[in-house]
Amino acid sequence: MAVDQLPDNEPIAAAPKGRGPVLALIFNPFGRFGIRLNNTLGAMAIFLARAFIQIFHYKQVPEIINQVYFIGAKSASIVALVGFFTGMVLGLQLYYVMNKFGAVGFLGTAVALSLIRELGPVLAAIMITARAGSAMTAEIGIQRISEQIDALTTMRIDPLGYLISPRIAAALISFPILTAFFDLIGILGGYLSGVVLMGASPGSYLYRIDASVEWIDVKGGFIKSIVFALLVITICCFQGYFTHMRRDSYGSKSVSLSTTSAVVLSCVMILVSDYVVTSFLL
Amino acid sequence: MEQQPLIEFRNVIKSFGERTILSGVNFKVYEGEVTTIIGLSGTGKSVTLKHIIGLLKPDAGEILYQGKPINRMTRQEWNAYIGRISYMFQNNALFDSMTVFENVALPLKRTTKLSRKEIEAKAMARIQQTELTEVAHKYPSEISGGMQKRAALARALVTDPQIVLFDEPTTGQDPIRKNAILGMIAEYKKKIGFTAILISHEIPDVFFISNRILALWDKKIVFEGTPEQMENFDHPFHDEILQSLENLQEDITGLYSSRHFKIRYQTELARRGADESYAVLMFGFDNMDEVSESISHDAAQQTLRSLGNYIRKHFGAVGGFSTRQSINEFATILPFSDLDEARRILEKFTADFQEHGMRELAETFEKEIPQDQCFDFVISVGMAQGQPQVEIESVMEFARFDKKPIATFQCGTRR
Repeated sequence: MAVDQLPDNEPIAAAPKGRGPVLALIFNPFGRFGIRLNNTLGAMAIFLARAFIQIFHYKQVPEIINQVYFIGAKSASIVALVGFFTGMVLGLQLYYVMNKFGAVGFLGTAVALSLIRELGPVLAAIMITARAGSAMTAEIGIQRISEQIDALTTMRIDPLGYLISPRIAAALISFPILTAFFDLIGILGGYLSGVVLMGASPGSYLYRIDASVEWIDVKGGFIKSIVFALLVITICCFQGYFTHMRRDSYGSKSVSLSTTSAVVLSCVMILVSDYVVTSFLL
Repeated sequence: MEQQPLIEFRNVIKSFGERTILSGVNFKVYEGEVTTIIGLSGTGKSVTLKHIIGLLKPDAGEILYQGKPINRMTRQEWNAYIGRISYMFQNNALFDSMTVFENVALPLKRTTKLSRKEIEAKAMARIQQTELTEVAHKYPSEISGGMQKRAALARALVTDPQIVLFDEPTTGQDPIRKNAILGMIAEYKKKIGFTAILISHEIPDVFFISNRILALWDKKIVFEGTPEQMENFDHPFHDEILQSLENLQEDITGLYSSRHFKIRYQTELARRGADESYAVLMFGFDNMDEVSESISHDAAQQTLRSLGNYIRKHFGAVGGFSTRQSINEFATILPFSDLDEARRILEKFTADFQEHGMRELAETFEKEIPQDQCFDFVISVGMAQGQPQVEIESVMEFARFDKKPIATFQCGTRR
């Protein structure tokens, strides 16, 4: 019998005598948490796999285009804004630090590599989570509590295929493009602050970027953005899809809490997975 | 040999946590019939319906489709089974980010290989039938609750399903619309030939279109039978629940419900001497189906309402009381009148109804009937005299035989 099928009142094991109950009292919550985590991760993996295999159907094309517009095109402005100021701050800070060592000539290298390898994928993913991920969780959550998802089932439309698959496809398309966009705008921002405002050499800035950025750096950034896309979309859609299963709240309150959980969890997972992926790439 | 049920519940038990909702539910649904589940709110009617379509699974017991347990169906069998069913949700469950047209077209778009034009034609046909053409491009939040209900009805019927589950389809509607929707369900049932399972509180209105009634009480089905059998059902459900659900007067006509009508004539006639007589009049709205199809279900219901109002006005004044006997028939008892007096009152009624009632209806219809549309309908009346010792049903039957037209509406001209 699977662990999640155990009835609540069924004893898992006979409590040992002596200090047993005290130990059980201490370790039981950890065990329960472990089981719950295991179940949730398993459910998420199945959720993602079942939705992923339904991407490849001609009827998905219009929906995917809609979602690319929503996740990608509509996030472009906020990604550009954040990218621009991130680049400007990098330009300023790195100019200040490098100036101390007389290495201002390497400003372009530092700005470009920081953005392409690390900040671009991470910050773009966080911005997309904040803008599109939260909206997705709320939308799917409302569809769940207003029985729209049940309605799909009764119409013989697989809700995973109809609601989740196009979003996964759109995220896989949009995240790398938005990351690249973020990188480009960030480099421009760095140019503005480092070169135009602080007076670093424009030729040196651009030449160093061209000379130091290699395909492996760009590829690493793209790999990260794809990993983040899968994580963000799975967490956000999963939270919305199963909003009715929350034990801490019901109805609209559960939608708001699911949205909060989705954003927080996505951001944490972006940073955690960033470290893991980076350690594999280096 | 007993007919095989289309759907059968056998000892179905369902609990949510520690709360048991269904405790050994048994019933049968037969093909081509309208089966109505009645019961108080929160007694598990929707839960029962959701088990049929697989949105909920029983904790124990079996649900059979054509004798086969649905939980033991292969994937193919399950898909075929679900493909035959359509569900109209209590809260409509319309997609709020889609227009009415997109909502109605969605099942066709996603589950069929029809071309775009065919989908558009089918969806628009249902939208027209449910009188939503003008709001087809609007979002659910931009239309009234009644319209949302009809949009959900259009979506439920767009795939021409064999079984349709209606979860309180008339909630939130005015009396005319309420009866129009019930009329629509009856009409589509006839046209498409589906089997309907309905949850409704509209008693007695829903009885006119139902073949079978299921009463859910105390987590069990306590009654399964025809609406007529329900009248003689001796159970606490009858006293506690039915009376609280049933209106004294029918919504659409303002006349007595058939049960209250029965109580009234039993009381009135019991007081009369054996040699005293009373009169019974049977009114018929012939060609009601034609009015529903040619103009609208609303128009048919308006005609019924108008007829009910005029009957109440003329016959109520002399101590008469009336009820709607079937979907298009009314019965009036004049306990203190003989046949001659009844005839005199009827003459006045006829003159008034022809002069005013038909004119009002003609004005209403003119707005809705297309120029080239032609349809007829007839209001007919029959009379009979009864005595307390004679069975009232046989007096009514005599009155039915005597029916003659008193008002006719032909191709847009009233007579």
